[in-house]
Amino acid sequence: MHEEKNEKTFLGFWIYLMTDLLMFAGLFAAFIVLRNNTFGGVGGSQIFNMPFVLVETLFLLTSSFTCGVALLLAHEKKLKGVIAMLCTTFLLGAGFLGMELYEFSHLFSEGHTYQKSAFLSSYFALVGTHGLHITAGLLWMLILIIFILKKGLTQGGIRKITLMSLFWHFLDIVWIFIFTIVYLMGVAL
Amino acid sequence: MTKTLKTYIAGFILSLILTFLAYILVLIHVNSYHEQIPHEILLPIILIIALIQLFVQLVFFLHLGQEPAPRWNVVFFISTFGAVVVVIVASIWIMNHLNYNMTPKQIMQYIQDQSSL
Repeated sequence: MHEEKNEKTFLGFWIYLMTDLLMFAGLFAAFIVLRNNTFGGVGGSQIFNMPFVLVETLFLLTSSFTCGVALLLAHEKKLKGVIAMLCTTFLLGAGFLGMELYEFSHLFSEGHTYQKSAFLSSYFALVGTHGLHITAGLLWMLILIIFILKKGLTQGGIRKITLMSLFWHFLDIVWIFIFTIVYLMGVAL
Repeated sequence: MTKTLKTYIAGFILSLILTFLAYILVLIHVNSYHEQIPHEILLPIILIIALIQLFVQLVFFLHLGQEPAPRWNVVFFISTFGAVVVVIVASIWIMNHLNYNMTPKQIMQYIQDQSSL
């Protein structure tokens, strides 16, 4: 009975992730259509710092991995390992977010704001929405770590870790496409 | 495939390889003076690499399709993925045609802008 309830929770959360994916599809479509409308201003190849973005990507990819390991350890009831892995995931995610915010502030300081061109608007909308999701995920993770420290690895705790890891893997998958379509293709074209 | 550390490590290493592969291909393309890889080939290749990485992470990280039937998440994922492809491909298609089928006045303006450059 308990298992069945969990299955329903996971499926419901999965459906939420799929609707979120649809929202990202709209933002991706807008970006792809508007990518060349730079209004005489800068294009992707002039403003993207590729080594920086690669490090960002590796941060997020590694955090996705450590998040999966945390879930694995949670099933094995290894409390210390779970906390350590979740903290690692949190730090890597925070590093990713910090780098993204630095990138944004750097663009802003050079005058490449979201008001300058349709390309920059769609760029900030797409990457910014992903960043907002990351921020929400980090807050969630922080609350989860406190919850587990207080209550231990209960059935509910494991369920919460499972949902959080689904969300985090989903964000990494969206980032693969931001990395490829926005950055790699932006520089290559 | 069960949820073991091995699958996570395999997924992580495969994702790393695919990320670096796409990155290096673009690096070679940008840094070569003679354009060793043409656009028409490079762009589909890095898109395919991204799709392979999507598949790798779905299988190794999200364990999609490994629960007992009926696999509702797989059904939801495939239908959503179809909708995503339609949204993106149709947008590109429609907007390209909009650019192509401008009104005569716009086309004259366009030609003027182009010739003045």
